[in-house]
Amino acid sequence: MPRFAVPGRIAVNGRAAATWQTATLTEIRRETPHAATFRLAVPRWAGHLPGQHLQLRLTAEDGYTAQRHYSIASAPDGSGHIELTLDHVPDGEVSGWFHTVARLGDTIEVRGPLSGFFAWAGDRPALLLGAGSGVVPLMSMVRHHRAAGLTVPLRMVVSARSPEELIYASELGAETTAVFTRSAPPGVPVGRMAPAHVAPLMAEQPDGGWEAYVCGSNGFAEHASRLLVAAGQPVERIRIERFG
Amino acid sequence: MNVTRGFTGRPRVHDPGLPPGQYDAREDWPVLSAEVTPDLRPADWTFRIDGLVESPHTWDWDSAHALPASAYDGDIHCVTGWSKFGVRFGGVSLDAFFNVVRPHESATHAIATSHTGYTANLPLADLTGGRAWIAWEYDGRPLPPEHGGPARLLVPHLYFWKSAKWIAGITVLDHDEPGFWERNGYHARGNPWEEQRYSGD
Ligand SMILES: Cc1cc2nc3c(=O)[nH]c(=O)nc-3n(C[C@H](O)[C@H](O)[C@H](O)COP(=O)(O)OP(=O)(O)OC[C@H]3O[C@@H](n4cnc5c(N)ncnc54)[C@H](O)[C@@H]3O)c2cc1C
Repeated sequence: MPRFAVPGRIAVNGRAAATWQTATLTEIRRETPHAATFRLAVPRWAGHLPGQHLQLRLTAEDGYTAQRHYSIASAPDGSGHIELTLDHVPDGEVSGWFHTVARLGDTIEVRGPLSGFFAWAGDRPALLLGAGSGVVPLMSMVRHHRAAGLTVPLRMVVSARSPEELIYASELGAETTAVFTRSAPPGVPVGRMAPAHVAPLMAEQPDGGWEAYVCGSNGFAEHASRLLVAAGQPVERIRIERFG
Repeated sequence: MNVTRGFTGRPRVHDPGLPPGQYDAREDWPVLSAEVTPDLRPADWTFRIDGLVESPHTWDWDSAHALPASAYDGDIHCVTGWSKFGVRFGGVSLDAFFNVVRPHESATHAIATSHTGYTANLPLADLTGGRAWIAWEYDGRPLPPEHGGPARLLVPHLYFWKSAKWIAGITVLDHDEPGFWERNGYHARGNPWEEQRYSGD
């Protein structure tokens, strides 16, 4: 029989998941030509674990609403602020508003955090694979690892079209390997994430192995999870967040 | 109402087939499973009903296909916001399986389990009466693995996380027991027409 399983989960606060709260835009930072970070003040934010996401709602004058899910980019810090990083999707209803209309002081609604499944509590060695804006929830984990001074091993492999499209490029450190699919800096090969990127990390896995987190488009998630399984990562220790 | 400054949104479509807060995904069929897509061949697939039933039973691919074929033509709705109109699934009505195992009088709920270990809880009434299927065909072709092939549960009148992919079994219970997403804050029933997305909705 083939072997597969779903990993365990971390309980979420059902109340926080059900209650809409007003969030105020306090900062906008450009990350790449197509992505920007939006900092929100959410005074009654219940706190989150790295990897969790929220639901966001925009409301038009006539009561029409658009709802989307966004990963939380910031580490949990008790500041009453959270950060989201949004790709500007061409003609995107919600990301379009953020990238072309939003300005400081604007208010929107959020509820969450949602889904404990993709959360990382910072207690187990973590191997993170992401592509495009799929790096967002993984960056929350990297930031938390740094801010809390954690010593548990953490490694990340991120894929971007080009160095200019690599979100959080200036923040990535020795824990991260970047893979470029369209154009790369001199001396760096161009290509998809491959067994050669995963094998060295599997070889240096700590005692007890890695918890693997995969995030990005469905195409990337299928590709990256197959790389992990082929490299020997147990399926019940691979968590996947697909952006649809 | 909390109006977002400068937000107008897409042109309004008044589609009576669209539950509140949903949009028409048209050709798209997003995949949102949280686990690795299993490499499960029809020859390895089994489906079992047990728990509060007269005679628990396990079907394999061939014995399940020997039951009377039944199709669903209609719409599906995902909790993340997309709906898909006019889809066609082929398989067998769950009633045909329940007729074999015969649930006890005391049975009220069920928990569906995938070959991956994924679970979803449902009231038994949502699984009977011609409203639920074991489906192995989509649009006349084998159901793709990413969408739950070789066979998935299909309960199209509820949000689609209830329609467990890679279905392995259904355990009949006399009480409700939360499944995978339900323990992660999602609603116990998930009726899209009442927008039951998260617990408390
Ligand atoms: C768990 C999760 C976490 C995510 N995290 C992030 C993140 O951190 N950063 C990020 O940039 N993105 C993230 N996404 C993707 C995000 O939710 C949106 O899909 C994305 O921002 C595009 O939304 P949009 O409104 O700009 O684009 P739209 O094009 O308006 O909508 C997105 C998609 O939905 C469809 N759609 C929506 N509304 C309609 C409609 N009325 N009519 C027709 N089609 C419609 C379109 O087919 C389109 O492909 C995440 C998604 C999920 C599920």
